[in-house]
Amino acid sequence: MSENASTASAASIPKPPGPPLWLLAEVTYQCPLHCVFCYNPVDYAQTGPELSTEDWLRVLREARAAGSVQCGFSGGEPMVRKDLEILVAEAHRLGFYTNLLTSGVGLTAERATALKQAGLDHIQLSFQDSTKELNDFLSHTKTFDLKRRTADIIKSHDWPMVLNCVIHRLNIDFIEQIIDLAVELGAEYLELANSQYYSWAALNRDNLLPSRAQLERAERITNACREKYGDKIRIIFVVPDYYETRPKKCMNGWGNVFLTVTPDGSALPCHTAKMLKGITFPNVRDMSVSDIWYQSTAFNFYRGDGWMKDPCRTCPDKEKDLGGCRCQAFMLTGDAANADPVCDKSSMHDRVSQAVAYAQVPDSQREVAKPMVFRDFKMLRHSDVR
Amino acid sequence: MSAIPIEVPTLMDLKTCPRVARMFKLQWEEVQQSWVLLYPEGMVKLNGSAGEIMSRLDGTTSIQTLISTLEQQFETPDLQADVLDFLVIAKRQGWVQA
Repeated sequence: MSENASTASAASIPKPPGPPLWLLAEVTYQCPLHCVFCYNPVDYAQTGPELSTEDWLRVLREARAAGSVQCGFSGGEPMVRKDLEILVAEAHRLGFYTNLLTSGVGLTAERATALKQAGLDHIQLSFQDSTKELNDFLSHTKTFDLKRRTADIIKSHDWPMVLNCVIHRLNIDFIEQIIDLAVELGAEYLELANSQYYSWAALNRDNLLPSRAQLERAERITNACREKYGDKIRIIFVVPDYYETRPKKCMNGWGNVFLTVTPDGSALPCHTAKMLKGITFPNVRDMSVSDIWYQSTAFNFYRGDGWMKDPCRTCPDKEKDLGGCRCQAFMLTGDAANADPVCDKSSMHDRVSQAVAYAQVPDSQREVAKPMVFRDFKMLRHSDVR
Repeated sequence: MSAIPIEVPTLMDLKTCPRVARMFKLQWEEVQQSWVLLYPEGMVKLNGSAGEIMSRLDGTTSIQTLISTLEQQFETPDLQADVLDFLVIAKRQGWVQA
C-alpha cells in the first residue's frame, strides 16, 4: 500500500510498453472464400496497393530488431501471395517463430515443401465455413477432401497440426461432429473460437449469435469430448464475449504486445482497429516499426488509463480488463473511450443484452429473416454497408 | 530427508538426456535479455535459472552432467533438487522430452 501511495503521482504517466512481441502480417486481403464472419474490413475492396516484397522484408527486419518474436502470416488468404516463401524464409532467418494462418486453399504439396525449406514453424488450418461449405464439410464431401489433403500435407512435413473453427449459431449444434472430424484429421490442437462481432460478423450478428442453450450444450459436449479423447487432442473453446458480464482484456492491452500490418501497410494495434475513425494510423511506408510502436500518436492513444471515462476510470477492475475492447465500444456506443458495453457496469450494456435476448428467439419465430451477408468484393463496390 | 520413498519419474533418471520438445523453439532474446520458448502463436519467457537449464538440454547431455556443469559454472553446490524440480515442471508443461 505504501508503495502505491508513494508512486501515486506518477500513476497517470503510462509505463513504457514492452516490445511488439507479436507481428501479424496480413499480406493480402484477397481470398477465394466468402466467410460470413470474416474480420477483414467490410470496405477491404477500397484498400490501397499491397506492400511489395521489399516493403515486407523491411517490415520483418524492423519488427525483429524491435523485439518481435512471433510472426503470423495471415490475410485474406496468405497463399495468394506468390512471394510468401521469400517472406517466410527471411522471417525464419531473422529468428521469428513463423506461423501461417490459412484455409488450405492454394497450399499444394509443392508450396508446402518450399515453405518447409523456408523454415515455416507452424500452420494453423482454418475451416472454411460459410453455410454451404459447412454442409459439404459435415457430409464429408468436397471440403472435407480438401481438409484431408491439407492435413496430410501438414503431417507429412512434421508440422504441429492446429485446427481453427469459428463457431456460431449455424454450426454450434454440430460441435461434436466438428471435434470428431478434427480427431479424424489428426489435429493436435483444436480451437473452437466463437465468432466475435466485428466487420462481416457484425453485419451478420443476429444470424450468428448462438442462444444460451446452444452455447451451454456446446460447452457440455466439448468437455465430454475432452474426457473421451484425453491427451490425443487439446480443445480450446472460446466463449462469445456477449455472454460475459465483464469485458475481455482486448489484445492484452492497446499497443502492448500486438502489432498488425495490413496489406496496404497500415500499422494497427489490432486487426480491426482501422474502424476507429478518429485515429490516423501510421503506415510502414512512412515510419519505422520502432517509431510506430513507441512514438506514434495512434499506438499511444489508449495506452495507460488516462483516456478512461467512468465507469472504467474508477473501477477496481480497470487493470484487469483495461475497459475491454475499444472497437466494440466504438461500434456499439459511438465512442471508443467508453467502457466496452459487454460490461454490465456500462450504461449502454443494454445494447449487448438486447442482442443476447434476440439470440434466444428461435429462427422459426423471427418475424423478419435478415439475409446473410457473404464477404464479397463486387457487392461492396455498390453498397454502403458500414 | 524424508523417510517416505519418492517415486522418481522416468525422465528424472539422472542418466536421461532430455531435449527441448518438438513443438518448441528455444532462443536467447537480446531485447528481453532472457531465454524464451516459442511455440505456435505463443511464448514463455524463462527466468534466469530456467534459461540456464533449458539452454543446456541438447538430447546428448545427461541430467547428471548438466547438474555438475551448473554447479561448477555457478560455484554453487547441491543444485540437484532445484534442477530436478524444474525439469518435472518443464516435463509437465510439455517443454522437454526425454
